[in-house]
Amino acid sequence: MIFLQVLVSGLLIGAVYALFSSGLTLVWGMMNVINFAHGEFVMLGMYVAFVALTALHFGVTSFGVLAAILLFILGGVVYFILIRRVMRGPMLAQILATFGLLLVLRYSAFMAFGSDFVNLPEDILGPSLNWGGILLSAPKLVAGVTALVITIGMHLMLTKTMLGSKILAVAENPNAAMLMGIQPDRMQAIAWGISGASAGIAGALIATFYPISATVGESLGLIAFVVVTFGGFGSVPGAMLAGLLIGVIESLSAFYFGPVYQDVVVYALFVLVLWFRPQGLMGKKS
Amino acid sequence: MNKSIEKFLWGLLILALLVFPISFDNPYYEQLGSLVLLSAISASAWNLIGGYAGQVSVGNVVFFGAGAYMPLLFYHIWGISPLWGFPVGVVVSLVIAILIGIPTFRLSGHYFSMATIAVAELIRIVVSNWDFLGASVGLTGPAVSDRWSDLVFRSSMPYYYMFLFTLFVVLLVTYRIENSRFGYYLRAIKSGERAAKSLGVPVSRYKLYIFMISAVFTSLAGSLYAVKFGFIDPNSGFGLLISVNMIIIAALGGAGRLLGPLLGAIVLIPLQSETNSLFGGGGTGITYIINGAIIMLIACYEPGGLLNLWDRISAKYFSKGAPKDDA
Repeated sequence: MIFLQVLVSGLLIGAVYALFSSGLTLVWGMMNVINFAHGEFVMLGMYVAFVALTALHFGVTSFGVLAAILLFILGGVVYFILIRRVMRGPMLAQILATFGLLLVLRYSAFMAFGSDFVNLPEDILGPSLNWGGILLSAPKLVAGVTALVITIGMHLMLTKTMLGSKILAVAENPNAAMLMGIQPDRMQAIAWGISGASAGIAGALIATFYPISATVGESLGLIAFVVVTFGGFGSVPGAMLAGLLIGVIESLSAFYFGPVYQDVVVYALFVLVLWFRPQGLMGKKS
Repeated sequence: MNKSIEKFLWGLLILALLVFPISFDNPYYEQLGSLVLLSAISASAWNLIGGYAGQVSVGNVVFFGAGAYMPLLFYHIWGISPLWGFPVGVVVSLVIAILIGIPTFRLSGHYFSMATIAVAELIRIVVSNWDFLGASVGLTGPAVSDRWSDLVFRSSMPYYYMFLFTLFVVLLVTYRIENSRFGYYLRAIKSGERAAKSLGVPVSRYKLYIFMISAVFTSLAGSLYAVKFGFIDPNSGFGLLISVNMIIIAALGGAGRLLGPLLGAIVLIPLQSETNSLFGGGGTGITYIINGAIIMLIACYEPGGLLNLWDRISAKYFSKGAPKDDA
């Protein structure tokens, strides 16, 4: 029973990983730019949720929307101010740009909110459920299910709607897309916005049960890289499966080896995957 | 601007570095000067792999940490001179460089950077939980000592000259590499791996070689840091921000340029020290925000760093030659 509990808990948190990793994989696959500050976007989503729920008294259904809107705007702004200037430049410039962004965001949050961990009240989304002997905390259940639904929604949006087709067209070939009357610039900005929004919602969801701190983006950002690498870059379904997988692996290794080693196991697997299958578990060989 | 003026300026810089601690008989400046040199050493070591070979390693802190832990570990366990830890740190770093390098150098671009981050974080977490290495508390070195070989000096002066000598060796090696076949290979690799490979450059092998040389000097920087401060813990030895600092310093001065990292350290370290003291305890946050803003500006406007900026300005005002753009 305890094994099932660990498994379910891993799947639920894995769904949140899948959500914010989908945002990273979208811009990575589209523009071959890695946002090293993606973990910081998630961190900002967490603080937005914290402030919205504690100081601004937002309802439990609207704080995620607020985080999504704010982070969508941030993503777009970052694209126009920073990414557009460096995306065709040398790789060092791209890495410097998003690392600089990481430092500015992380330490601005550090200055604004201090170095202490904060927590939202445990029962903010209601009491824990006992589901056939498996104890589930309400925040984890809500976060996991919501994240899964939004990730699937994102995939459908990309594959089934006009906007999604335009985005994928730009990802495929910006020049050809331009000849079809699509503005690559606008689509890329929207992709950055979507990427930010996915991190924002994921952060807001995870904030309901995860300790919030300015430096939380460090490990969450790395997890996003691992998920994207496992899932093959640019693939939202890949990120979804890989996110769930990483959540389960993390949860099991925390259970069997102790919580401090959960990240060690994940990073070690990451290095092994890079070694044996650099194109990712589900990626195609380029 | 002609070459002889440039040579004169660099000669002046070397002279200034030599007499700097003597001319200011002030412990603060001696300390600041040695910090500048130490950062210049590790940034110059990063410059070999990141600047010349164009492989943006974010995991160089691993070598720094290995180099920093070994001397204090040797002192801590056997009470012997930390000096013995220097070569051991270098050997450990070389082994790690080979272990990281062989698999990851088959990857290109971002994958290499991410793999180095993952390895660095992995090692940091393991060290933080390893009692043998002091776990999260870290290790301390000798506090006072009669042996000179403990390398404990009250003044920063002896450290300053130790660092200056090491920096000189790093820069000499860099200069020799720059002007050898090896250097041409690296430039070819940086500007296009596939093209380099098709021209017969043994790409993976030379990337590994330069990574190993970079590891050796980063490890030495770590060892020097450890004997200077007599204290190391997982964050000051293996924190990712140490890697980031090496990159910022090298990129600010000019990545892939011989004296870029030194220039970057001369500009950035006093600035960091100022903001830290200006804003008191919370100043570290401001320092990182300023660092972040600086590297975003470099990335957007001058990826070649200050030296490249200088080249363009001097080309515009001092001569009619075309601006040199080798960033």
